[in-house]
Amino acid sequence: MLLKNTYNEFIKILAKPRSYLGIGALTLLVLLILFAMKADGKSFISFVTASFEQTLSFNGNILNGNLIAFIILQMLIVHIPLLVSLVTGDLISGEAAMGTIRMMATKPISRTQIVLSKFIAGAVYTFILTLWLGFLALIVGKWMFGTGDLIVLNSDGLVILKEQDILWRYGLSFGVAYLALLTISTLSICLSAFAENSIGPIVSTMSIIILFTIIGTLDVSVFDSIKPFLFTTHMASWRSFFEDPVPWTTIRNSVSILVIHNIVLVLIAVYKFNKKDITS
Amino acid sequence: MENTEIIKVQHLAKNFGSFQAVKDVSFTVNKGDVFGFLGPNGAGKSTTIRCMLSLIKPDNGQIQLFGKDLNKHRNEILSKVGSIIEKPDFYRYLSAEKNLAIFARISGKDVSKREIAEMLDFVGLNGRNRDKVGGFSHGMKQRLGIAQTLLHQPDLIVLDEPTTGLDPQGIVEIRNLILRLKSEQNKTVILSSHQLSEIELISNRMVIINKGQSIIEGDVKELLNAQEMVVQLEVNDMEKTINVLNIRFESASFKQINERIIEVNIEKQLVPSLNQTLVQEGVEVHAMEPKRKLEDFFMKIIQS
Repeated sequence: MLLKNTYNEFIKILAKPRSYLGIGALTLLVLLILFAMKADGKSFISFVTASFEQTLSFNGNILNGNLIAFIILQMLIVHIPLLVSLVTGDLISGEAAMGTIRMMATKPISRTQIVLSKFIAGAVYTFILTLWLGFLALIVGKWMFGTGDLIVLNSDGLVILKEQDILWRYGLSFGVAYLALLTISTLSICLSAFAENSIGPIVSTMSIIILFTIIGTLDVSVFDSIKPFLFTTHMASWRSFFEDPVPWTTIRNSVSILVIHNIVLVLIAVYKFNKKDITS
Repeated sequence: MENTEIIKVQHLAKNFGSFQAVKDVSFTVNKGDVFGFLGPNGAGKSTTIRCMLSLIKPDNGQIQLFGKDLNKHRNEILSKVGSIIEKPDFYRYLSAEKNLAIFARISGKDVSKREIAEMLDFVGLNGRNRDKVGGFSHGMKQRLGIAQTLLHQPDLIVLDEPTTGLDPQGIVEIRNLILRLKSEQNKTVILSSHQLSEIELISNRMVIINKGQSIIEGDVKELLNAQEMVVQLEVNDMEKTINVLNIRFESASFKQINERIIEVNIEKQLVPSLNQTLVQEGVEVHAMEPKRKLEDFFMKIIQS
């Protein structure tokens, strides 16, 4: 029954216009960045490398597909949560608003299975969105700008990664970025179990992200103890794969925190939905 | 009528915060019954039905369907139940057949595309299979709701206000459909409705609920026959008629509607005698018609 309802959820997601809004917006944003980089990317790069030019000389194609993919990820990973929650925040509460949750809940499928099928569908949608971002950033980026070594500016300084040493880093960084986006998806579905309308969970998800991000950036000692446990602190962990050497312990810690968030949020949603009286 | 109990609700109670929606509701539905579920607005009908379908968790009481406890055998029980609660809601952005396929997939029975098409045909929606439900009228959605209810061939059908918003033709169609389900397929139907005439016409048993409590339950004919009858008389001489009623029919009560019409509450077996006496006393009885029995019975029960 779980698989059958998950299939149902895919049909619903595919039929909803808002599902394509996210993919459309993402495509437009990436194409915009690619166009801007093609038009004026060299001056953008020289602005970054200017301070190093007295001590280092840069040869070859610096503005390549690998760097473009990094820039796109850096710019968009903050905005994609909105596109994710736009679809996933609607999965339970949208059905409550429409009245269809009442029809579903009178069928011989457990409420736990209803919620889990929505989580699976939300996870697959988020995966497709991440995959599409990867395709646009890396594949289209390389096609437009060619390939080459990747120069990344970190807090420690400049990191230069050989062309042959990059692809696996992107693979894993997209994996961690997906886990971060999955946490957003899980959060919005969890909030959706508490609401009776679509807008509430979407706005609440974004508010939580903004609040946690502000707490994370505030240099106030009172927040120091909670910062490591906020999921927003680990949303940029994908960047760690572009450090040399790769800080595996930090990445493992981030992955653990995100996984724990996902598990706890799923459990809360299942508990809440099972206890809920459906009066809509 | 077989007496296998399909539904047994005992001392059901449900509170929403401080509001007591259902205080103490008990009733039994037997196999093959078309069971009328009556009560004024806010009586607790919908809450009771939602409890029976596990949409709402009761605070107290027991619900057994098909002889099994609803809490323990929820999925097994719900696979044998089809329902429309208040109004059927569908995915507006999907077609009629896709909507049915979605609900059929989780109904616990494999339903083929051909069966979906046949069911749409059965409820008069042939040719609209691929139209999006968003463009359907209320009546069409109601028909689609009936199709969704029957698609997995349930043994028990729960219809909460199924004729709300339908035109007279739609109401007659739903009524005929329920009668067919009972006569041809021996389905058990629970029908909650404000349309008392509907209940009177098609139900064989009923329960009346008021203020969260079941007031009376039983065979529709027996309950109504046991009561006094209300007849409306149109006469030419109101003074003489009232005199006859006061002197010869002391047990009857009456209410004068206007100069020619009077409503008399009288035992059923005294009606012929009343007519005869009035004629003998020189009163011309132009019309004598029974008022809708259930309506009066219902009002009497609710007001008491």
